[in-house]
Amino acid sequence: MPSLATVGQFALIAALFLASLQATLPILGAARGKTSWMAVAIPAGRWQFIAVTIAFCSLAYSFARNDFSILNVASNSNSQLPLNYRFAATWGSHEGSLLLWTFMLAFWTAAVSFFSRHLPNATVARVLGVMGIVSVGFLLFMLTTSNPFTRLLPAPLDGRDLNPLLQDPGMVVHPPMLYMGYVGFSVAFAFAVAALISGRLDAAWARWSRPWTLIAWTFLTCGIAMGSYWSYYVQGWGGWWFWDPVENASFMPWLVGTALIHSLAVTEKRGAFKSWTVLLAIAAFSLSLLGTFLVRSGVLTSVHAFATDPKRGIFILCFLSIVIGGSLLLYAWRAKQVGLGSPFDVISRESLLLSNNVLLAVAAASVLLGTMYPLIIDALDLGKLSVGPPYFNTVFVAVMAPAMFLLGVGPVARWKKATIPELARRLRWAFAVSMIGAIAIPCYVDWKPLVSLGLLLAIWITATGLLSFLDRLKGAGPADMVSRLTSLPRGYYGMQVAHLGVAVLIVGIAVVTGYELEKDLRMEPGDSASVGGYDFLFSGLTIVSGPNYEAIRAEMNVSQKGTVIVRMHPEKRIYNVSGNALTNAAIDTSVFRDLYVALGEPAGQNDGWSFHIQYKPFVDWIWAGAFLMAVGGILALTDRRYFTSAKKKIDVREAA
Amino acid sequence: MKFAVPLILFAALVGFLGVGLWRDPHLVPSPLIDRLAPAFHLARLDEPSREFSPQELRGKVWLLNTWASWCVSCRQEHPLLMALSQAGVVPIYGLNYKDNRADALNWLIEMGNPYVVNVQDTDGRVGIDYGVYGVPETYLIDKTGVIRYKQIGPLTLAALEKTILPIVRDLNRSLEK
Repeated sequence: MPSLATVGQFALIAALFLASLQATLPILGAARGKTSWMAVAIPAGRWQFIAVTIAFCSLAYSFARNDFSILNVASNSNSQLPLNYRFAATWGSHEGSLLLWTFMLAFWTAAVSFFSRHLPNATVARVLGVMGIVSVGFLLFMLTTSNPFTRLLPAPLDGRDLNPLLQDPGMVVHPPMLYMGYVGFSVAFAFAVAALISGRLDAAWARWSRPWTLIAWTFLTCGIAMGSYWSYYVQGWGGWWFWDPVENASFMPWLVGTALIHSLAVTEKRGAFKSWTVLLAIAAFSLSLLGTFLVRSGVLTSVHAFATDPKRGIFILCFLSIVIGGSLLLYAWRAKQVGLGSPFDVISRESLLLSNNVLLAVAAASVLLGTMYPLIIDALDLGKLSVGPPYFNTVFVAVMAPAMFLLGVGPVARWKKATIPELARRLRWAFAVSMIGAIAIPCYVDWKPLVSLGLLLAIWITATGLLSFLDRLKGAGPADMVSRLTSLPRGYYGMQVAHLGVAVLIVGIAVVTGYELEKDLRMEPGDSASVGGYDFLFSGLTIVSGPNYEAIRAEMNVSQKGTVIVRMHPEKRIYNVSGNALTNAAIDTSVFRDLYVALGEPAGQNDGWSFHIQYKPFVDWIWAGAFLMAVGGILALTDRRYFTSAKKKIDVREAA
Repeated sequence: MKFAVPLILFAALVGFLGVGLWRDPHLVPSPLIDRLAPAFHLARLDEPSREFSPQELRGKVWLLNTWASWCVSCRQEHPLLMALSQAGVVPIYGLNYKDNRADALNWLIEMGNPYVVNVQDTDGRVGIDYGVYGVPETYLIDKTGVIRYKQIGPLTLAALEKTILPIVRDLNRSLEK
């Protein structure tokens, strides 16, 4: 069977042609009022999606059937690799992950073309046009510097295999999730730029942007959480966040995206801080692009960076300058016309949300500064340095703690005008409960200031959330309670669940950071060790064979107060093709703690091995919290409001 | 004007990114550059009863090359060292790092010996003083005993021609005056 490389290559070129069409005609048409030019946007976008899909499927299929005549496949796959990882290897390389990026962008383009029937033609034309510009950039980048279909003839008999770190179920779902979110912000970005071009920024603009932003944010939340969990169990050190440049690259858009969701809500409901909302929409996607630049250009050292090639870097930098620089220029020029929106008091829900917005933006800026600082210092010839977790942790906690406090106040405060005495009176019980809880609960274990602060914020968020909920139900008798509960908008439930997720996440971070225990030990079969009240008995080693690796597997019998509760099997794998060794930690998960055992190196005689044993209380609450946030996002997405407005328009059309 | 602030900040960022592209993030400068090379007294590889110390080389420009028989990249750079010693531009001294004497001697017989003198750093103590974090590494030391350049990893023809040899030439010239 002939190689599909040609098909994929041709599809990419066709996609570039279609994207160019989509990027030019509709925007010009909208400027000149030519309906026929504007009408090109939807078919061009959809056909572009089809072309990119063909390219993506060609590559995925080539990986699946081991077509080593494609350089990308030969370098990142192997015939011994299980099928699911061969599929995931499609995005395991630099070229492949760019194709995934472009595929996601085309997917969002098609989605906009289908779900925007109720929008004015000029808006649709501009939004799809802006997305087309971004698409052109990525397709050109692939075709000129990073072609995923480059041939390798004569084809080698077998491939060089996928990096063992990436041979994990996490690799199958994490990158697509993350990219869905990352790239999804392009829609809000396109709406913002379209609004700036037209000079019309109103409540309708905010309402159109909101669901797109929410869905992208939900994907990004899941993607980041999965990445964190993946590195937790695959890296073998038990860490869940490393402030690695690539993690930061996805975290910055998330922070700004979170600010954007809240800002859009205010712009839609109150018409306030419009120019700020537009700036956030531009910033969220710009940070996604910047993240791509940081990862793809090799400008920063990171375990994730695939390529160190200045040619690629220059291309992305020029592209960034055009897209981000262009949109910021447009912003500088047009934002004045857009105006600030309706006024509000210093103490009001608007001002609280704005403060929180600013704090989130400051947090994102401090992450950006920490990520870029080594590069800036180097560029100024002031030396080489690296910025580590101590900087990020300190700055981040300092900025986020007040933000978390305001998170509790915001939903309780009135729009437009609130007063401090009134707020204080309504919140006094919530505050008292959080203070008492924060001081008392850690005393049961070992009182630590950061654990206490974490609990204070978590209880505060939960208590104020409950208070706001009770307020909404006030005056309802037992009879009409159900109808009252169902009449509350889904968006409101979404907010509550997401905020509860934040509280759960904070508890997880605070407790695991404060109370985790770890031991590095040398053990021989028959030895036992005690960590965190659990006894770990090393009973022996076995050799096991995986599909493409050989492993040494240790058996660890874990008991608590004399009864065996679980047998854990940490492994050390040697991959056949690359010869790389990988530690596969064993984790025993339960609601209140994880036990984490990683096999180190052989140490001394008698089958002695070094072990890394950890007791991690509440660590899973971190991911549970992130999951709740994503559930909140989904709940908010199903809010009736987004559907009725679309439906109404159709009704009107049908009636006419 | 205030709406232009994001644009200005972004422009500055692009400037830094543009410069950053031409830098190698993996390049780590040695804190020892432009400092005196740490002193040591070590047994010679060929005659363990005799000691060698860099003090003996005052007034010479020379290279200190750390290597080991177990090191794969050392094999890779070896032909270059042989050529350099035959050209006689700069004398090469060897620091045999964490190695077994017999293995090291066999290696020199098999691959050829470009070194004027080799010393044995069996426990890697001197390597720690020099901040060695992987063999091979090569130090360029001037007539006053100051380290002028450090090559991390195997020597390459490009590094020799573009960096090391021009510095050697400058150093030899500068003190002739």
